[in-house]
Amino acid sequence: MHDGLLAAMRRSILDGDPDRSAALAREAIERGLPPLDAVRHGFVPGLDEVGEGFAKGDLFLPDLVMAGEAMKAATAVLEPELQKTGARREILGRIVLGTVRGDIHEIGKTLVSTMLAAAGFEVHDVGVDVPAETFADRAREVGADIVGLSALLTTTMTAQRDVVRALDRDGLRPRVKVIVGGAPVTRAWAEEIGADGYGEDAVAAVSLARSLVGR
Amino acid sequence: MTPVRPRLTLLEPALIERILEEALALLERPGVRVESAEARRLLQAAGASVDARGTRIPESLVRDALAQAPHEFFLHDRSGTARVRYGGDSVQFDPGSSCVHLLDDETGRHREAVSRDLVRLVRLCEALPQYDAQSTALVCADVPKEIGDVYRLLLVLRHSDKPVVTGAFTADAVPPMVALLEADAGGHIALRQRPRAVFDVCPSAPLHWTQFAADGLIRLARAGVPAEIVPVPLAGATAPPTLAGAVALHAAECLAGIAIAQLAAEGPAPVVWGGAPAIFDMRTGTAPMGAVETAMLDVACAEVGKHLGLPTHGYLGGSDAKVLDAQAGIESAQGLLLGALGGINMISGAGMLDFLACHSLEKLVVDAEAIASARRLLDGVSVRTDSLAVAMFEKTGPAGEFLKLPETRRLFRLEQHLPSNVIDRGSVRAWEDSGRRGVVARARARVAEILDGHPFPPPRPDDERERARMAVVGPLAARAGLDRLPAA
Ligand code: B12
Repeated sequence: MHDGLLAAMRRSILDGDPDRSAALAREAIERGLPPLDAVRHGFVPGLDEVGEGFAKGDLFLPDLVMAGEAMKAATAVLEPELQKTGARREILGRIVLGTVRGDIHEIGKTLVSTMLAAAGFEVHDVGVDVPAETFADRAREVGADIVGLSALLTTTMTAQRDVVRALDRDGLRPRVKVIVGGAPVTRAWAEEIGADGYGEDAVAAVSLARSLVGR
Repeated sequence: MTPVRPRLTLLEPALIERILEEALALLERPGVRVESAEARRLLQAAGASVDARGTRIPESLVRDALAQAPHEFFLHDRSGTARVRYGGDSVQFDPGSSCVHLLDDETGRHREAVSRDLVRLVRLCEALPQYDAQSTALVCADVPKEIGDVYRLLLVLRHSDKPVVTGAFTADAVPPMVALLEADAGGHIALRQRPRAVFDVCPSAPLHWTQFAADGLIRLARAGVPAEIVPVPLAGATAPPTLAGAVALHAAECLAGIAIAQLAAEGPAPVVWGGAPAIFDMRTGTAPMGAVETAMLDVACAEVGKHLGLPTHGYLGGSDAKVLDAQAGIESAQGLLLGALGGINMISGAGMLDFLACHSLEKLVVDAEAIASARRLLDGVSVRTDSLAVAMFEKTGPAGEFLKLPETRRLFRLEQHLPSNVIDRGSVRAWEDSGRRGVVARARARVAEILDGHPFPPPRPDDERERARMAVVGPLAARAGLDRLPAA
């Protein structure tokens, strides 16, 4: 019945067109399509296709990022409806993500944030040069499953350990998992500081986060 | 007749004007995020308007700063002789800075660098005439990070007489580094008069002068130490995707830095129109330093700086390959050649692999050959004889045995650059006899030859200069929990 609408939704994600995806989300509400169906059968298939295209090398980061933007625009429209019906959008997990204290490199962190959000995580991006306590406070506030830490400098890698300690101190671990990344960071370093995982790039960050929440 | 100097021009004058127009427009709208209170205060006092959204810098303020910025300055070697000329069309080279890793020639792996590696790299660079300056090339994992900046500089000053391109990871590291340079130069005045080092200072694209960068810049300007403003716009990520758009953003960030430096110094502050722009790879999300577009950005950015009469800098000669392979050769030589043709005053990056994360001693000697070729190219085609060919034919007769001509013996040395044995020009038989050595093996041999031929004794503690240097570094090291520095 809604096949045309669902196909258009998928298309709007592939085209990376936030205006169109938001308009289609409104149309879904008007036509009585359950919001959860719009997400699951309309928008998410588009996102999956973009992800596959990227993995194959046919699509590029701007495609991925714009698809994420279109997805965000659509869910912003659907979210209130979902809440009304009591149905909850399935999120894979909640992640607090930022670049550690003393470090202002943000490109990698933002890319990871976009990809995680596009994959279905609720991402709380706390920015750059973030003190350890802020990570812990936000994690508690939002009920995070994962805290993600980016560091691009040898001098600031140690601040990742500070965050692990702050989370330990606040009794948030082992429930809250810690993932780390950034150019100088290695798997061995992640182990040394007691983090739960290391991600080489944004794609690896997604599979890592998925595995940590068991999805 | 002076030879034509080969030159690469990417921007026509009208485009440079447009770039500057837009750069100035960006400084007013949206303005610059200036996180340093001191920098904001200086800019505001000079007519910038500051609100929650940013600092808007009017054109007149920028023009005044440009009028004050020196068009030329020199870096000096240990003896106080001017060696590096920042300004005009001089072209000079230094190894890339602050790598975390070293390509270990024995294991073929990238590993953390330690003090001994930096000393070896510095001694190697010292012996290679292609490098006009040293750089604080490696971050040493065997000292506490708190003293990393000042320690890198200490090792370079100990083991080299050349000028130095350096930089700090935090604004707080700037004062001790300046103190160390003063100790090494024999005092504050000596350093001001004959600076030996220039500091890289990076704004954060887009249009963001962080506290770290702005405070560092202010401290340098006030100490009279030259600063190299190094914006890193990544086209398509933190900068417009077009090369022209990224160059405009680069210009805006440089102009804001020049304004801050000139206001802080209350007099001419030596600054360089530098940069490490790159494209953003849309497949891998990396910042490829060896891409041809990256080289084009460097050259175009420098063209804008030259138009303003400022000294220039760029980041070329690095490769994104992980080993010393053909990709490393293509990318490095391409960057070094294009940068030289662009007339960039200081070209940093030789020796580097893996997006500026890894250094290689072997690559440093290979890149030196590319630099030598680039220099030869810049010398152009000279007319060295009254008659080009006719007179020589009269001497040799139609058989043309030019090897027998005294002109040949005299002139070939001027015409041909003689590469080291890193470059293979021998016969295939000689190659077989050498055990079929490729460029990596030849580079390895050259590294060994140079380093074994130049032993580097540790500085004598009673040396006056060393005492002065350690008076600065010793207490910092002790505070960081290190009572003895590693024996490099
Ligand atoms: C752009 C850049 C900058 C910009 C940053 C702008 C911004 N808005 O972010 C500016 C100019 C401000 C900058 C400043 C400095 N930089 Co810088 N910078 C770079 C550069 C060129 C690219 C980094 C980048 O964005 N890469 C692209 C992104 C997408 O990759 P990425 O960050 O690695 O992220 C990926 C993965 O690591 C991973 N990942 C990242 N985070 C996370 C987190 C998690 C949880 C997971 C799972 C995965 C993950 O996924 C990402 C996506 O695939 C690199 C060199 C290079 N070519 O790589 C140097 C580099 C990182 N910088 C370096 C240095 C030294 C500095 C400065 C100290 C220079 C100076 N003296 O002023 C300052 C430091 C300031 C500070 N206190 O932080 C060094 C670091 C060396 C070291 N020993 O640590 C490098 C390697 C260059 C060099 N050799 O000099 N820099």
